[in-house]
Amino acid sequence: MATAHSKSAARIMIAPAVIALLVWMLVPLCMTLYFSFADYRPMRGVFDAWIGFGNYASFLTSSSFMSSLITTFWMVGGILSITIVGGVLMALLLDKPMFGQGVVRILVIAPFFVMPTVSALVWKNMFFNVDNGLFSYLYKFLGMQPFDFLSQAPLFSIVIIVAWQWLPFATLILLTSVQSLDSEQLEAAEIDGAPALSRFRFIILPHLSRAITVVILIQTIFLLSIFAEIFVTTNGAFGTRTLTYLVYQRVLESQNIGLGSAGGIVAVILANIVAIFLMRIVGKNLDN
Amino acid sequence: MARAVTTQKKIMWTALAWAFGLLMFFPILWTFLTSFKTEAAAIADPPVWFLFDWTTENYAAVQQRSNYPLALMNSIIIAVGSTILGILLAVPAAWAMAFVPGKRTKDVLLWMLSTKMLPAVGVLYPLVLLAKWLGVMDSRILLIVVLMLINLPIIVWMLYTYFREIPGEILEASRMDGASLKSEILYVLTPMAVPGIASTVLLNIILAWNEAFWTILLTTVDAAPLTKFIAGFSAPEGLFYAKLSAASMLAIAPILIMGWFSQKQLVRGLTFGAVK
Repeated sequence: MATAHSKSAARIMIAPAVIALLVWMLVPLCMTLYFSFADYRPMRGVFDAWIGFGNYASFLTSSSFMSSLITTFWMVGGILSITIVGGVLMALLLDKPMFGQGVVRILVIAPFFVMPTVSALVWKNMFFNVDNGLFSYLYKFLGMQPFDFLSQAPLFSIVIIVAWQWLPFATLILLTSVQSLDSEQLEAAEIDGAPALSRFRFIILPHLSRAITVVILIQTIFLLSIFAEIFVTTNGAFGTRTLTYLVYQRVLESQNIGLGSAGGIVAVILANIVAIFLMRIVGKNLDN
Repeated sequence: MARAVTTQKKIMWTALAWAFGLLMFFPILWTFLTSFKTEAAAIADPPVWFLFDWTTENYAAVQQRSNYPLALMNSIIIAVGSTILGILLAVPAAWAMAFVPGKRTKDVLLWMLSTKMLPAVGVLYPLVLLAKWLGVMDSRILLIVVLMLINLPIIVWMLYTYFREIPGEILEASRMDGASLKSEILYVLTPMAVPGIASTVLLNIILAWNEAFWTILLTTVDAAPLTKFIAGFSAPEGLFYAKLSAASMLAIAPILIMGWFSQKQLVRGLTFGAVK
C-alpha cells in the first residue's frame, strides 16, 4: 500500500520534467520535419506544403552539403585529436608530484569557462590579427613574414580556438581517470624494469581507454554544433562552413525554410548516430 | 640519495607543469593585462608586458556604453532564472528516480540525456516561429525557458547522482519514527541534498552564462546578454583592443571564479556519471 502510494507520488514528481522535455523535443522537431517536406520561402511569399523529398534531394546533392561535411569532419577531427593527445599528456603531467598542483590545475582549466564569443574575439584580434596580433610580433621577432591566420588558414585557426577551450575538459576527465589507476600495478611494472613507454602502452592507455571514449563522444556532440566561434571569426567564409553553419545560413540568412529544415533533419540524424554509442556506455554504467 | 632524486624530479615536473599551465592561461592573462592599457599601448610594437601606465579608463568606457549594463543584467537574469526554473522541475524528478526507482527509471534518464543531443539547428526555425507567434522574441522569458530546457537533462542527471549517494536507511528510519513525506523531504533529505544542489546550481549557471547559440540568435537588443554584447565587438571601430579586453574580462571574471569552485562537479555533470 505504501509502495503503491509512493510510486504514484514518484510519477507525479517526475511528470513535469518529462512533459517539459517531451514538448521541447517533439513540437519543434515535428515542425522541422513538416517544413522539410515543404517549399517554404517566406521572403518571396512561397509556400507549398508538400513537395515530397525535393528538399532532401537538393540539400544532399548540393556541393555546399558535401563541402560542409568535409569541413565538419576536419574541424571536429582536428579539435578531437588535439584535445585527446594534449589531454592525455596534460593529465599524466598533472598527476606527477609537484609544487602548487592546485594552482596549475586552476590555470589549465580556466579556458573552459571563457564564453565562446569572448575566446573567439580575443584570439581573432589579439593573437591572429596580421597587423597587431601577438603571433605577428612573434613571426617578426623570429625574422619571418607575418602570417594572416584567419584568411590563410581559417579552418586551422578555428580549430586552435576551440581546441583551447576544450583541452581543459579533456584534461579534467582524463585526470580523474588517471587518478583512479592502481599505482601498485605501475610500481610493480617499474620494478620489473618495464620502460616508461611500454608502461604507458600496456597499463595506462588501456585504463584510460574508457575515459577517452567518453571524451570523444561528448565532445563530438558539442563540437558538431559549434556556432559562435565561426559566427564571430569568419561567418562561414573561406571554407569554414560546417553543417550546423550551413543549416543556420539556409534557415535564417537565405530564409529557405524547406531546404534548411531538410538540412536540420540530416544534422539530427548524424548527431543521433554519435549519440547512440554514447548512450550505450552511459547505460551500461547505470547498472552498477 | 633516493630522496634527492625525488626532489629533483619533483622540481622538474613542477617546472614543466607550470610552463604548460601558464601557456594555457596565457590568453586570459594577456586579455587581463591589455584591459588595463591605453589603446596605443595595447597595440605597441614590440608588445609591452607589465611596465606600462596601468589605467582603468577602459572599464569606465565599457560601462558607459549604453547597452553594457543591460547586457550584464540580462546575463544575470537569464542564467539565474533558467537555473532556478530548472532546479524546481528537476529536484522532484531526481528525488523520485533516486529513492523510488521503477522499472523504467533508467530508460527515462537515458531518454532525457538523448534530448540533450538534439542539434540546436534542427529546431532553429520552429523556435523562431513559435517565439514570434507568442510575441516573446527577444525577451528574457524566452531565453530563460529555452536555456532551462537545454540544461534540464544535465540538472536531473547531476542531482540524481548526488541523491543516489544519500543512504536509504536514514529515510527508512525517519519513516519508522512516523515522519510524513513532507517532513521527510523538509527535515531529512533537504539538509543532505543541499551540497549536491548547490554544485548543480553553480555548474548550470556557468553553462547558461556561456551559452552562445540561442542567446545570439533569439535576441536583438532588449534581452541580449553578454555573449551577444561581446559578439557586437566583431565589427571593430578604430582602436579597440583595450576596450574589447575590458569588456571580455567583465564578461568572464565572475564565471571564472565560479568555475574554479566547481571543477570537481564539472566531471560529474558533463559525463553523466560515465567517468568516476
